[in-house]
Amino acid sequence: MKARVVVTLKNGVLDPQGNAIEGALDALSFQGIQSVRQGKVFDVELDTDDADEARKTLTAICEKLLANTVIEDFEINL
Amino acid sequence: MKSAVLIFPGSNRDRDIIRALEVVSGQKPALVWHQETTIPDVDLIVLPGGFSYGDYLRAGAIAARSPVMSDLQRHADRGTRILGVCNGFQILTEAGLLPGSLMRNAGLNFVCKTVQLEASNANTVFSRQYQQGEIFDCPVAHHDGNYFADARTLDALEANNRVVFRYANGTNPNGSLNDIAGIMNETGTVMGMMPHPENLIEELHGGVSGRGVFTSLLEAA
Repeated sequence: MKARVVVTLKNGVLDPQGNAIEGALDALSFQGIQSVRQGKVFDVELDTDDADEARKTLTAICEKLLANTVIEDFEINL
Repeated sequence: MKSAVLIFPGSNRDRDIIRALEVVSGQKPALVWHQETTIPDVDLIVLPGGFSYGDYLRAGAIAARSPVMSDLQRHADRGTRILGVCNGFQILTEAGLLPGSLMRNAGLNFVCKTVQLEASNANTVFSRQYQQGEIFDCPVAHHDGNYFADARTLDALEANNRVVFRYANGTNPNGSLNDIAGIMNETGTVMGMMPHPENLIEELHGGVSGRGVFTSLLEAA
């Protein structure tokens, strides 16, 4: 089964890269952009077809490696 | 003082650390490759600067999960002194041996220059050769040195004098909270710092103000 994991900075954590992108969008004259936060996407293929098992494995993977839970949140999409 | 230097693929300040340890202690450190599972019994283990695994995923994240780290944890539990410089600091936070995280510099630039540090706590095995509050020059060279921790962690660090070095006189180069440049663990045996004291230990470097970190450790050994 295929899964997509999205890792984003927690609310309140400064995102200088997101701020720089906002600045670039402004330079490109895009209007109406309130804010940009940069994150990471991981596409993971698993042996199992069991959603519960996949979610359990992916949660462990996120907590141990893919996300630094001091500064980041993660979301698992199956 | 017996010491060991851990080397990861992408470490590039390892020779600087090796040289500093040799000059100050008169003994060559043992070199331990990241895939080894045993670190020899030494007084001090150093994680050097560099870009382990090309900073993939997050700076220090992959190195922190490498085979040598379980023995580093064992040494940490026994109270062996552990120093992480720059990427070494990032690895120690990723490994959970130090709290918080080093994020992308607030100004987004890679900073490579000399800053001023204040010895915020000169009563540690890493800083006892400095005077309390002493301000000295130290080089920095990093892209991800912006220290972040939640409010409760920061309060605990400050309340227990675990901030060893702080950027002084407005020279904070990266946006670190509370101007934090170096912190230690609860027991004062593990320290991480972003600046490079190993690059100011001989007159040829243009100064010796970084030497105190190593002479402090030598005295404590």
